[in-house]
Amino acid sequence: MNTPDITPLPLLMVVIPLVSALMTPILARIHRSLAFLTVQAATITSFVLACILLDRVTSGSGKVVYWLGNWEPPYGIEYSVDALNGLVLVLVAFVAAVVSVYAPKSVAAEIEASKHPFFYAIYLLLFTGLMGIVVTGDIFNLYVFVEISSLSGYSLIAMGRRREALTASYNYLILGTIGATFILLGIGHLYMMTGTLNMADLARLLPPLYHSRVILTAFALFTVGLSIKLALFPLHVWMPNAYTYAPSAVSPLLAATGTKVGAYVLIRVMFTVFHPNFDVQVIPATRILLVLAAVAILMGSLLAIAQSNIKRMLAYSSVGQIGYIVLGAALVNRTGMTGALLHIVNHALMKGALFLAAGAIVYKTGIETVEGLKGLGRKMPLTMAAFTVASLSMIGIPLTVGFVSKWYLALGALEAGMWYLVIVILVSSGLNAIYFWRVIDWIYFSPPNERLEALPAGDAPWSMMGPTLVMAALCVVLGVQAQWPVGIAEQAAALLVGGGR
Amino acid sequence: MSESIIRRTITRLMVPFIQLFALYVIVHGDSGPGGGFQGGVILGASFILYAIVFGSEAGRKRAPRAVTDILASTGALIYAGIGLLCLLLGSAFLDYRALPFEDPHLAGHYGILGIEIGVGMTVAAVMVTIFFETARRNDEGEVENG
Repeated sequence: MNTPDITPLPLLMVVIPLVSALMTPILARIHRSLAFLTVQAATITSFVLACILLDRVTSGSGKVVYWLGNWEPPYGIEYSVDALNGLVLVLVAFVAAVVSVYAPKSVAAEIEASKHPFFYAIYLLLFTGLMGIVVTGDIFNLYVFVEISSLSGYSLIAMGRRREALTASYNYLILGTIGATFILLGIGHLYMMTGTLNMADLARLLPPLYHSRVILTAFALFTVGLSIKLALFPLHVWMPNAYTYAPSAVSPLLAATGTKVGAYVLIRVMFTVFHPNFDVQVIPATRILLVLAAVAILMGSLLAIAQSNIKRMLAYSSVGQIGYIVLGAALVNRTGMTGALLHIVNHALMKGALFLAAGAIVYKTGIETVEGLKGLGRKMPLTMAAFTVASLSMIGIPLTVGFVSKWYLALGALEAGMWYLVIVILVSSGLNAIYFWRVIDWIYFSPPNERLEALPAGDAPWSMMGPTLVMAALCVVLGVQAQWPVGIAEQAAALLVGGGR
Repeated sequence: MSESIIRRTITRLMVPFIQLFALYVIVHGDSGPGGGFQGGVILGASFILYAIVFGSEAGRKRAPRAVTDILASTGALIYAGIGLLCLLLGSAFLDYRALPFEDPHLAGHYGILGIEIGVGMTVAAVMVTIFFETARRNDEGEVENG
C-alpha cells in the first residue's frame, strides 16, 4: 500500500457540527437568533468543506484518510473517504444546509420558544451523526454514530406539534433500537472472528472465513438491522408515522438524508466490508434483496395512492423509492450500482423539495390533506410550482433527475438479464403518475373550496421559499446537466463492484 | 421535603463526602479504576439525593437549570476543545503528545485528565437534568430558564 493521503478534512466533517451543536444552547442564552445562525454557519461550512473533500477524492488520490489521535489503523479509528462516501457527504451537508435556512420560520410556528435552543442543538447532533456514519472507516465507530443520529432523530420527531408525534417517535424508538441492536450484534460477531473493527482490515481478513456460520450470522444481522434503518419493505412500518408527525423542518431532513445514509451503510457493508462475490455466491443475499426491493417499489407506490395526508403519501412514496436504491445495488453490476447511487442523490433532492413544499403549505394554510390542495395553484404559485416539478421528477419525466436514475436502473436490470425488473420499474412509474398526477390535477384544475378562497393569496416567506425552489430547481438542473453526478456515481460504482480499477 | 430529621441530617453530612469522592474518581481516572463517567454519575447522584430528601425545589436551587445546561455543553466542549488544540498544535485530533509539556507521558496524563474533567461535568449535569425533567409533573408547565 502506498502512503495514504492524510488530511484533517474528514475529521472536520464531524467536529464542526459536533462543536457547534454543543455551543448552540450556550449561544442561545446570549441571543435567541444565535441558535439558528450557528446551525446555518455550521451546515454551510460543512457543505463547502465536503465539496472540497469530494473534489480532492475524485480528481486526485481516490481516497483520503484521517487517523484519530495518530493511531495507525487497524488499531485506531480511521476516517476514510472515497468517491462513494464523498458524494453522500456532499449530499447530506447540502440538504442539512438548505433545511437550516428553511427551518427558523417553520420552527417558530410549530415549536414552543423555550425548546428552540435544544431543537437546533439536536438538529446539529443529528447532522453530526449522519456525517459520522458516512465518514468513518471503523465499523464500531459507525455504530456509535448510528446511535447518535437515531437518538437525535427520535427526539426531533417527538417535537412535532400533534400528540401523535409522541407515539410515532416511540414506535420508531422501539424499531430503531431493535435495528441498532442487530447491527451491534453483527459487529460483535465480526469482531469475534477477526479481532478487528477497521472496515478495510475486515475486507482483507474476511474472505477465508466466508463459509463460517458466525460470519453468515453477522451478515444476516447486518442486513436485517440496516433494512429497518433504511425502511426497506416490510420493515418500513415506523417510517410513515414518523415522517407525517415530525415537525415540518425535520421531515425533509430525515426523508432526504436519514434513510439515504442507511442505504449507504448497506451498500458499504455488502460491497466493501464483504466482497460482492460473497453476496452472490456464498449466500443469495442479493437475490433476496431484489425480491424485497421489487415488492417495496410496487407496494410503496400502491400504498401511497391510498393516502389522504400529504406527508404520509410522500412517506409511502419513499418506501417505494428506497426499493429503487436497493434494487440498483442488488443487481451487482456497474450500471445498476450507478443508478442506485444516483437515486440516493436524486431521491433526496426530489423528496426534499416535496417535503419542504408540504411544510410551506402547512405554514401558510395549515392544510395537511391531499384533498385540501384543490385550487392551491392560484393561492401559492411558487410553492405549487416547486411541488409540481418535484412530482414530475418522481414520476420520471425526461429532463428531470428522476428519469436519469430510473434510466440507469433499467439499463442495469437489462444488463443483468432481468427484463422483468424493467416492467416493475415501468409499472411503478405508472403508479407514481397516478398519485402525483391526481395531486397536480387538483392543484391547478380544481376550484378552491370556501375556506381556501377566504385565505389571502401568497407564498410562504422567502427564507422558506428559497430553499424549496433551490431543491426543485436542482431536480431539473441535475436532470439536464447529468454528467457531473453520473461521473461521480460511476467512479464510486466502479470502486464497489469492480471492473474499473 | 422529608420530615425525618435523621434523613435530613445524614444527607447533609453525606453530600460533601459523596462529592469529594466524585472528584477523586474523576481525577483518578487515568491512573486507576474510575474516570469522568463514573465520577460524573456520583457527582450527579449527590445532587439527586439532596433533591429527594429536601424536595425538588430546594434541589433546583442548588443546581439551577442555567448552570446545569451550560455545564452539560461546556464539559463536552472541553473534550472537543482538547482534541482540537492537539490538531491546532500541528498533530492529529486527540494526539496528546502535541500538548506543550516536555515529557510526552506527562502530556498524555494532562490531556486525559482534562478530558475526564470535561466528561465528568457533562455526565453530572445531564444526570441532574434528567432527574429534574422526569420529576417535574406535567401540569406544572414549562419553567422558563428556571
